[in-house]
Amino acid sequence: MSTLQQPAGPPALTGPVPFLSKLHQWVATTDHKRLGVMYVTCGIVYLIIAGLEATMMRWQLAWPGQTVLTPDEFNRLFTMHGTTMVFFVGMPILFGTANFLIPLMIGARDLAFPRLNAFGFWLFLFGSILLYFSYFGGQGLYGMGSAPDVGWFAYAPLTERTFSRGHSTDYWILGIFVASIGSTLTAINLIATILGMRCRGMTLMKMPLLVWMMLVDCLLVVVALPPLAAAQIMLIFDRLLGAHFFDTQAGGSAILWQNLFWFFGHPEVYILILPAFAFVSEIIPVFSRKVIFGYPLMVAASVAIGFISVGVWAHHMFAVGMSPMINAIFMGSTMLVGVPTGIKMFNWVATMIGGKIRFDTPMLFSTGFLCQFLLAGLSGIWLATVPFDWAVSDSYFVVGHFHYVLFGGLLFAIMAAIYFWFPKVTGRMMNETLGKWQFWILIIGFNLTFGPMHVSGMLGMPRRIYTYHEDRGWELWNLLSSIGVAFQLVAFSLFAMNLLHSCFKGRRAGDDPWDAWTLEWSTTSPPPDYNFAEEPVVHSRRPLWDLKHPEDPDWKYE
Amino acid sequence: MVQFGCVNWSAGVLATAAPVCEPTGAMQPSMFNPAGAPAETILSITWLLVVICGAIAIVMFALIAYAAIRCRQTKGNDREPAQVYGSNPIELAWTVIPLLIVFLLFMVSARGIFDLQRSTPPDGALEVTVTGHRWWWEFDYGDLGVVTAGELHVPIDDGKPADLFLTLHSADVNHSFWVPQLGGKMDVIPNHTNYLWLQSNRTGTFVGQCAEYCGNQHANMLITVIVEPRADFEAWVANQQRDAVESDAVKAGHDIFLSTACINCHTVRGTVANGTFAPDLTHIMSRTTIGSGVVRNTPDMLREWVWDPQNIKPGCDMPSMKLTRDEVDLVCAYLETLK
Repeated sequence: MSTLQQPAGPPALTGPVPFLSKLHQWVATTDHKRLGVMYVTCGIVYLIIAGLEATMMRWQLAWPGQTVLTPDEFNRLFTMHGTTMVFFVGMPILFGTANFLIPLMIGARDLAFPRLNAFGFWLFLFGSILLYFSYFGGQGLYGMGSAPDVGWFAYAPLTERTFSRGHSTDYWILGIFVASIGSTLTAINLIATILGMRCRGMTLMKMPLLVWMMLVDCLLVVVALPPLAAAQIMLIFDRLLGAHFFDTQAGGSAILWQNLFWFFGHPEVYILILPAFAFVSEIIPVFSRKVIFGYPLMVAASVAIGFISVGVWAHHMFAVGMSPMINAIFMGSTMLVGVPTGIKMFNWVATMIGGKIRFDTPMLFSTGFLCQFLLAGLSGIWLATVPFDWAVSDSYFVVGHFHYVLFGGLLFAIMAAIYFWFPKVTGRMMNETLGKWQFWILIIGFNLTFGPMHVSGMLGMPRRIYTYHEDRGWELWNLLSSIGVAFQLVAFSLFAMNLLHSCFKGRRAGDDPWDAWTLEWSTTSPPPDYNFAEEPVVHSRRPLWDLKHPEDPDWKYE
Repeated sequence: MVQFGCVNWSAGVLATAAPVCEPTGAMQPSMFNPAGAPAETILSITWLLVVICGAIAIVMFALIAYAAIRCRQTKGNDREPAQVYGSNPIELAWTVIPLLIVFLLFMVSARGIFDLQRSTPPDGALEVTVTGHRWWWEFDYGDLGVVTAGELHVPIDDGKPADLFLTLHSADVNHSFWVPQLGGKMDVIPNHTNYLWLQSNRTGTFVGQCAEYCGNQHANMLITVIVEPRADFEAWVANQQRDAVESDAVKAGHDIFLSTACINCHTVRGTVANGTFAPDLTHIMSRTTIGSGVVRNTPDMLREWVWDPQNIKPGCDMPSMKLTRDEVDLVCAYLETLK
């Protein structure tokens, strides 16, 4: 196993680097690690912005008949909150972590196309700035700001010129269009890297599960984002060039937009949640001190999810008036996706059982993910059941459901990943005490906010309403939801403090603080520019286990 | 609407209306209080989901709790545990059992779909054409010659549930018709006709609202369905079929109404007012609410509404007509004769 020797540390710098040079190093970088850090940093900044947008909405809805926000302001906030969270929080954190981790995990020195990688990042950043510029320039006149107010799925014909004046919807189209080109290019780049640049010995079935799931994820990005870009081009043709694709007043089709959007939109949900699966698939084994249970089935389940997820989009449209047969078919395909997802849940739990679990912060967040994603999956089965969907579609039940997926699932897994890989990125540990406080306060705040939404939805509260009458029986549930936000604000403040403090003052981590098994832990923290002094050679899925346990190596059993 | 202490950032837009706003009805649109076969079918499928998914949740939480409590690392015991790479029989079990559960759920729910989704009316159903507008509902009773807004009257005979079959159109953007106690929801889409079967087995007032985001005042696009004995319904229909009554006592208000832009959008049958962009006002006083349910139809609220609808429903298409307070009183005195 001489191939896994420690490489030399980073070359010593002589004298302080001037600020402009440092800035230039970051702006002009093509290094996958720096781009990864920039992606995740931007994602966290947008997370704060979109979180504050949501806080404003919960303030407005805490009691019936509040006047904190005007209807227009409220409608812009939920549009910007949704768009930001999906495109400018979820996507950059996914690409940031994939960027940072995949070359390290497969023993490569960078992505296949480093400059394309940098290009993708800047497209994402400027696309997001274009969207937020609409707050200042949305009406196209100086000082006449407004943001898009059409909802994150922007149903036609509300987005047509007749109903959406000014330029705010144009900014929504162009901002996401630009960012999605960047996402597609980066996904192609990652696929090329995974398929072409693995180190010696790493066959496809010896890749870490994170890499497998990111591969499926990137394939989904390549399949799903172009239809959205096409739909957006059609929409901007309608708005600026007088076309009539979605212009129902001139014979266009409102349902065509829904089909095109959800053909992107549903795979997008899996694009966002697969990285969460990827993170916990790496974290749970390390903290349970056990190899992942049923690796081949996990791979098969990921691929199955990828395939099935492009065939379920119309379950967002059960109330559109499709024929009963089509409704039933999409109900079947949607329920079917529960099977591979269930397999994953069982395998994670089976990995924990019989292990010797250490509940450090990453494991706490991963366990929180398991519990909350379980509930999200089950309420997903409810929603797939068409008659129940007719009762709660477009109600707060749906809002509760997808926040359990994307917040209770994805964001908890992202937190786990940040606590887990922060030492590798910075060379310093995050504070465990603060991390545990954050976890417990967040789990209370999260469930208090989004649990009651299921109830208010079943009591008949539609989503996207800026106010409600007090005689509908929704007051208690809305008040609870809003109180939960206060807990979340505390938890995220702790997180921000922890992140900033640990960047500069955290305890030194060393190369392998968690006693983990994948290749990234064999190099220094932070890794040198070239990642590995020598190209590693692996013989099993857990190269560092083999190194640490020469008497009982994995490759004997795989 | 009750106001709670809060910062008013919107320059008093709603605040002026707030003290005079009242609750619009006592009904709560809960799916747990179904009033007809469609909503009951949905609720029974919901209970099936509760049982199946509840059982799965209990099993999974028990396993996670067992792992979290019993499989922890203890101090001084840092030997690695036995490495278990997988087990084909176990993995096969948790692939096949979920497949069977999915199959069961699929069969039950598919039956529900075919039972509830109808494109032809059941025998004896009341047929109404619904047109969604931003932000109000127009109800056209077809052969009965009744066109009204916001409130849907439905007859019920003793010992028989009342069936309601709606044909759904939109005049502008997507809406969704949703009265949870009477059945599921159905989207209302421009250039596309949808149908919805609802049913009530008792008299009463049922509330709901638009469920598809349709712009500024989506929150105040409310629906009221009044299920009443057939005799009451027929009296209501007979009244609705009459043209507006002319009365010399309110001639001043009548003249102001007919000489301002009101008539471009509103219809009052029997007069020159024949606009179709806004609710028909021929019998406005027979309705319990105005502004598609946003407030109760009381004399005070009506005056506030005519004075400036933007105070009550900011963003709605009706502007303030810039009448003086005296003119508003006269117009409202006229409107109050439209029973």
